Amino acid sequence: MAKTILPYIISGISVGGQYALIAIGYTMVYGILRLINFAHGDVFMVAGLMMVYMAASMPLYIAIPLMIVLTVLLGFLIERVAYRPLRTAPRMSVMISAIGVSYLIQNLALYITGGLNKNYPTIPWISDRVTVFGMETSRVTIITPFLTIILVVLLVQLINHTKIGMAMRAVSLNFETSQLMGIRINNVISATFIIGTFLAAVGSMLFFTNYPGVVPTSGAMPGLKAFVAAVFGGIGSIPGAVIGAFIIGIAESLIKGLDTILIVQGTISEQIGFATFSDAFTFILLIIVLVFKPTGLFGEKTTDKV
Amino acid sequence: MKQEYRKKTSWGALLAVLVFLAVVLWLDQIIKPTNKMYMLLTVLQKGSVYALAAVSMNLLNGYTGLFSLGHAGFMLIGAYTYAIFTIPSSARDAVYQYFDAAVRFSFPEALSGVMGPAGTAVGVLIAVILAGLMAAFFAWLIGLPVLRLKSDYLAIATLGFAEIIRAIFQWQKLGPITNGSNLLKNFARTSKFKLELGDTKLVLSTFVPVLIATISIIIIVKLVNSTYGRAFKAIRDDEIAAEAMGINLAKHKMLSFTVSSFFAGVSGAMMAMVLSIAQASNFKSAMTYEILLMVVLGGIGSTSGSVIGSFLFVAASEWWLRGLDSGSFLGISAPGIFRNGFRLVVFSIIIMIVVLFFRKGIMGEREISDVLRSRKKKAGGTAK
Repeated sequence: MAKTILPYIISGISVGGQYALIAIGYTMVYGILRLINFAHGDVFMVAGLMMVYMAASMPLYIAIPLMIVLTVLLGFLIERVAYRPLRTAPRMSVMISAIGVSYLIQNLALYITGGLNKNYPTIPWISDRVTVFGMETSRVTIITPFLTIILVVLLVQLINHTKIGMAMRAVSLNFETSQLMGIRINNVISATFIIGTFLAAVGSMLFFTNYPGVVPTSGAMPGLKAFVAAVFGGIGSIPGAVIGAFIIGIAESLIKGLDTILIVQGTISEQIGFATFSDAFTFILLIIVLVFKPTGLFGEKTTDKV
Repeated sequence: MKQEYRKKTSWGALLAVLVFLAVVLWLDQIIKPTNKMYMLLTVLQKGSVYALAAVSMNLLNGYTGLFSLGHAGFMLIGAYTYAIFTIPSSARDAVYQYFDAAVRFSFPEALSGVMGPAGTAVGVLIAVILAGLMAAFFAWLIGLPVLRLKSDYLAIATLGFAEIIRAIFQWQKLGPITNGSNLLKNFARTSKFKLELGDTKLVLSTFVPVLIATISIIIIVKLVNSTYGRAFKAIRDDEIAAEAMGINLAKHKMLSFTVSSFFAGVSGAMMAMVLSIAQASNFKSAMTYEILLMVVLGGIGSTSGSVIGSFLFVAASEWWLRGLDSGSFLGISAPGIFRNGFRLVVFSIIIMIVVLFFRKGIMGEREISDVLRSRKKKAGGTAK
């Protein structure tokens, strides 16, 4: 019994860690701008594609840092071009702009790749196979949760103990007041996007190593799930987003394997096809959370949110 | 005086609609599928599908201020309902290759047995209405919990709902009804729609979708201009004020949501009959985004804007910009750059420009009748 479930839990923790890295980008941007950055998942996909193209033409120790730098630049540019001009516009306009950016990035990726599946390069060491608890898996599965937690701890330190972190907290608390206090809002927002996309770039490296390849729509689903994780944990809260992401990752992985688990246990005798619902489950969870606890697990209680 | 003027414009509008329908019917007869201009008919067919989808989304997003992104899900329900109930029994087993079809009933077939050829048309109509009703029913079901949410939370909840619907329809256990993740085909489709009167044969492939879309849009316009429509706009502008004026928020939001979903379902049915296939994997959130961008292009809060926006969207992406994909455009030949997908890139850049710099879209919140009226006023003013 434990032997059948364990692989799913381990892969779920790993996927959860990857979602967590994306979810932080959502939750930080939402905390400050009150904007669902629909393009975030697509930035994640672009990071994957850049890696594919760069790994083909240069050694990995140059390609990886360059990929991260370029992805961060992309996130920064998106905010500059598509969100900053709409700072005073209604929230719906900014959200539409985010959807427009997502549409543009996906079409651009479709044009460049020709819609073909691009094989993700094998990164030595982290793609190696290792054996843990008697099951074989790639090393990235084991590394992901630890790396995620290290990055999150660093981020929390940054937010709690540096000047820019204090500025971020101030801005997310009250946009206008912090402006009056002399905080350069635009710099703070840029910093938020830079941190968010940096984590997404790292996450994409871990995520795509476990998958056969990158297609223009690869970013959409992980992006949405990471957003749900952010809502689940209480949007605006970083620990909440991380815990939400781990829960969603594990639940999704268990549902993917539910048929096999139940068959081994003897509850059912043939495949029911629960795996079809592995994506849908995330959204069922979302609707339940929104209806019963709109502020999420760790969200601050404010009335204007929902 | 004003009343009289209103009456005049509504008669004028009716006349314009009738002329437009007659022109479409005429085009349907003279343009053969081999003709180069057949693209025009394709644009009219697909355009009318998207026009209805965009207008129904606009009813919700533009008039009621409920930012919902579940449209693709409701269209999926509509498309499947329509398809399932119009597959003739002779084709059932070929379509449900891997399953034992549970529904073995087809409206057009059953009614043509009773009423003759007219029964086919009535059967198609009933299937289309049923498609809308199914979508509206699911909207009511999901609306109960999610309509309490506001702005972006509502958006993400409805988006999630559309994904749940997609998963349910692809579930292999429902295969006997939905054919699992395989596509549905061989149902009543526009390419087969014809009217035979003695010797003369009328082709109706374009006319039928355009007619359904026109009637549906007229109904939506009537709703928007009624007291309900004014209540919707009041809710959009200020919920608290609207409630204080005695508008029942829950009731009106639900009404707007179900009506919008009803017509989304109808447009889904139309999409199935135009494309002659229905497959759940086509109804992704990307489709909702496209419809939303059409609404934005035309101007949020303007019905005629949504219609213009969706026809422009379809015409540009299917027809005018096609050269960008196939090597040469406007006489410039650059096969290296103008290859597959370039059209969509150019197109999405145009949309981003509209979103960023022309936030009001083509029409803003005005309607065609407003534009014509203000022009008339201006002309009158100068004459004095």
